[in-house]
Amino acid sequence: MSDTGTYLYAVARDEVAACPPGVADADVRTIVRGGLVAYVSSVPMERFGEEPLRRSLEDMDWLAGTARAHHRVVDAVAAATATAPVRLVTVYDGDEQVSDLLERRAGDFAEVLAQVTGRREWGVKAFVDPASEERPDERSGRDGCEQAGKPGKPGTAYLQRRRANLRGREQNRRQALARAEHIHAALATVAVASRRHRPQDPRLSGRADWMLLNGAYLVDEGRVAEFAGLAEELGGGGIEVTVTGPWAPYSFTVMETR
Amino acid sequence: MDTVANRGPVARPSYGPASSGHEAANLGDILERVLDRGIVIAGDIRVNLLDIELLTIKLRLVIASVDTARELGIDWWKHDPFLTGRDRELVDENRRLRRRLAAIEDRTAIDE
Repeated sequence: MSDTGTYLYAVARDEVAACPPGVADADVRTIVRGGLVAYVSSVPMERFGEEPLRRSLEDMDWLAGTARAHHRVVDAVAAATATAPVRLVTVYDGDEQVSDLLERRAGDFAEVLAQVTGRREWGVKAFVDPASEERPDERSGRDGCEQAGKPGKPGTAYLQRRRANLRGREQNRRQALARAEHIHAALATVAVASRRHRPQDPRLSGRADWMLLNGAYLVDEGRVAEFAGLAEELGGGGIEVTVTGPWAPYSFTVMETR
Repeated sequence: MDTVANRGPVARPSYGPASSGHEAANLGDILERVLDRGIVIAGDIRVNLLDIELLTIKLRLVIASVDTARELGIDWWKHDPFLTGRDRELVDENRRLRRRLAAIEDRTAIDE
């Protein structure tokens, strides 16, 4: 075993003019075989071996820096050519193994790259502000009070109001989820392919709002304006829609290699 | 090695300033993508996250929604004071309300 490994970022169809530095500030090189280009850098195994990784992955700062560096390379390549991003921290013994991979899986890579050619991934999230979600509740709570308030039984009135309140909240929740379904379905009609991912943990999204939708959409370059316009239209009424991208097609290059 | 090429770059129009919006890309969005999506290569590689199963599970949890994790019965975040506090509050409130609703339903039945 040598003391350096070959870290693989992405497989693409073409070479790009310039590539930012990769993980651990290493220069990124290319390995070309059979019409495919692998973007790689050499990494020290004393840091990217299994044992050191076991420790460094516990370190959120290290993970964040490494993820950003990985993403930066993938992003630069994807901005210029059809690209299949590879999962974080995929390290080979050497360049020969990567070259073998390109040859062995040429057909699969070609298929994946054909699907994303001329298309980029856009992320769309829908949020509902818990505070605005409460507003209709409070309204229905007051109504409930007027209808149900029996003289001499303030406790009954309170509890019935609370019950109406809970019903209202559940109804709001269902309505919000239905809106998310609708937003996703509408966006999917403009996209070539679409995926719904798990809503992010508030600590990851950085927002306390409830994330209703965490969608990824593969959109033809020619329809980006239409897509963005639609996303904007679909927001409103207490639901905020945010669009991120263009991303490398992380969600549409799923391929389990053996 | 013949497989390592240094041939000239292919001139292709990029999509404008590729990194302009991206430098500000949210770390959460990046982590979610690089850890959970893209091509997974197993087999002849020397190291990948798949080899480090427990860590992978833990990292996935970082990006999983709390609800998903809870469904899986994983509660490593329970020492998180914010979540714990809020969860406990919700559970308690729910229990209180159920008790009160049961009581008022009983009383309404007697009244009628």
